[in-house]
Amino acid sequence: MIEFLKRLFGQQGSSATAKERLRLVLMTDHLELAPEMIEAMKRDLVELISRYVEVDRERIEVNFERQDRTLAMLANIPILGVNRPNGNGAVTHEAPKPQPEPVATVAAPPSDSKPPVRKRKRRKKSQRARTQLPSTA
Amino acid sequence: MSARTIVVTSGKGGVGKTTTTANLGATLAKRGRRVVLIDADIGLRNLDLVLGLEKRIVFDLVEVAEGRCQLRQALIKDKRFDSLSILPAAQTREKDAITPEQFAGIVEQAADVSDYVLIDSPAGIETGFRNAVAGANEAIVVTTPEVSAIRDADRVVGKIAAAGKPIRLIVNRLRPEMVRSGDMLSVDDVCDVLSVELLGIVPDDEEVIDTTNRGEPIVLNESNRLRAIYDKVARRLEGELVPFTSFDNQTFFGRLIGAMKAG
Ligand SMILES: Nc1ncnc2c1ncn2[C@@H]1O[C@H](COP(=O)(O)OP(=O)(O)OP(=O)(O)O)[C@@H](O)[C@H]1O
Ligand SMILES: [Mg+2]
Repeated sequence: MIEFLKRLFGQQGSSATAKERLRLVLMTDHLELAPEMIEAMKRDLVELISRYVEVDRERIEVNFERQDRTLAMLANIPILGVNRPNGNGAVTHEAPKPQPEPVATVAAPPSDSKPPVRKRKRRKKSQRARTQLPSTA
Repeated sequence: MSARTIVVTSGKGGVGKTTTTANLGATLAKRGRRVVLIDADIGLRNLDLVLGLEKRIVFDLVEVAEGRCQLRQALIKDKRFDSLSILPAAQTREKDAITPEQFAGIVEQAADVSDYVLIDSPAGIETGFRNAVAGANEAIVVTTPEVSAIRDADRVVGKIAAAGKPIRLIVNRLRPEMVRSGDMLSVDDVCDVLSVELLGIVPDDEEVIDTTNRGEPIVLNESNRLRAIYDKVARRLEGELVPFTSFDNQTFFGRLIGAMKAG
């Protein structure tokens, strides 16, 4: 009876499962067939993250994993150190274009007044790509 | 050189390439087009059998490629539709008995004397498939509404699209009652996952086996519904806007019947 009601109200037979499984398997197939795309994505990802932290380019791993109903991209990007933020709060390390020196110097406090950024070198365990902000306390 | 050259392919075997080629070819011929069907399935020749022309074979595709005969000597005219002829595959040769260039050359010759060249591709994505695709300017991908057939169809779609050729889809052997009860992927679902333009929906029909037994394309059978369905496919292929039959949509009523059956 429950089966009957399930089928009657929305929850269909195996076709919904088939569609879901196909969607996933095709996504995986397409990724496997596009290694250049993945390489390009890795490059862009590293570029982006390097604007904020110093990463170990040699040990970056990007994998795709099926997690039940979705495909997840897992990027393991070892962080070597955190860049010291500059005056405009943006990029210093490996910025694509050199930042022009800010002309007006009104608001920005001298960067020396900030607590020193801890630069941790070469962690044993690689960190996930989530950036950890240095504690300011 | 005016003909449209179209490969009929699928990835997975046994989903209906040969049946589609034969019936679509026959339908186009009924509409007055000059049609040449080429069986590219070397070693597993079947198109002649499906059309009931197996006894009339003299030369084959490989012999034309090797220059042992002229194309017109190898073409078998189907007397039931006087503008339809087929070029049979070689049955006792290897798949690589012919190069892509040779194959493309033969297709070109066939195109000189026809309006449509339909190429019945072998299953798979190897040499035979590559030859068949190399010879064509467009593709029809045939699939059934099953996961493995669709996955394989996706592979060939990727390959043909990479070659820059337009692709359209035929969903074959659809069982509307199963779709309505939610036990078979609908045509919308299939088009959704494959993102290919739809050319036709051909239901599963027991009579296909019967007519194939006798070597008659089912479109010769005036009382069979597939005749009208292939006619629609042919008209769409010729650029007409022909609406699709909506016999594959899931409805509440259909689910009710499905649920009762399952329960
Ligand atoms: N619409 C249909 N309804 C019922 N049976 C069908 C339909 N289309 C094809 N068939 C049957 O499915 C079987 C396979 O068809 P067919 O030989 O056309 O497939 P194919 O893709 O050419 O196979 P292969 O990959 O071996 O060349 C045959 O027995 C045929 O009669
Ligand atoms: Mg076949």
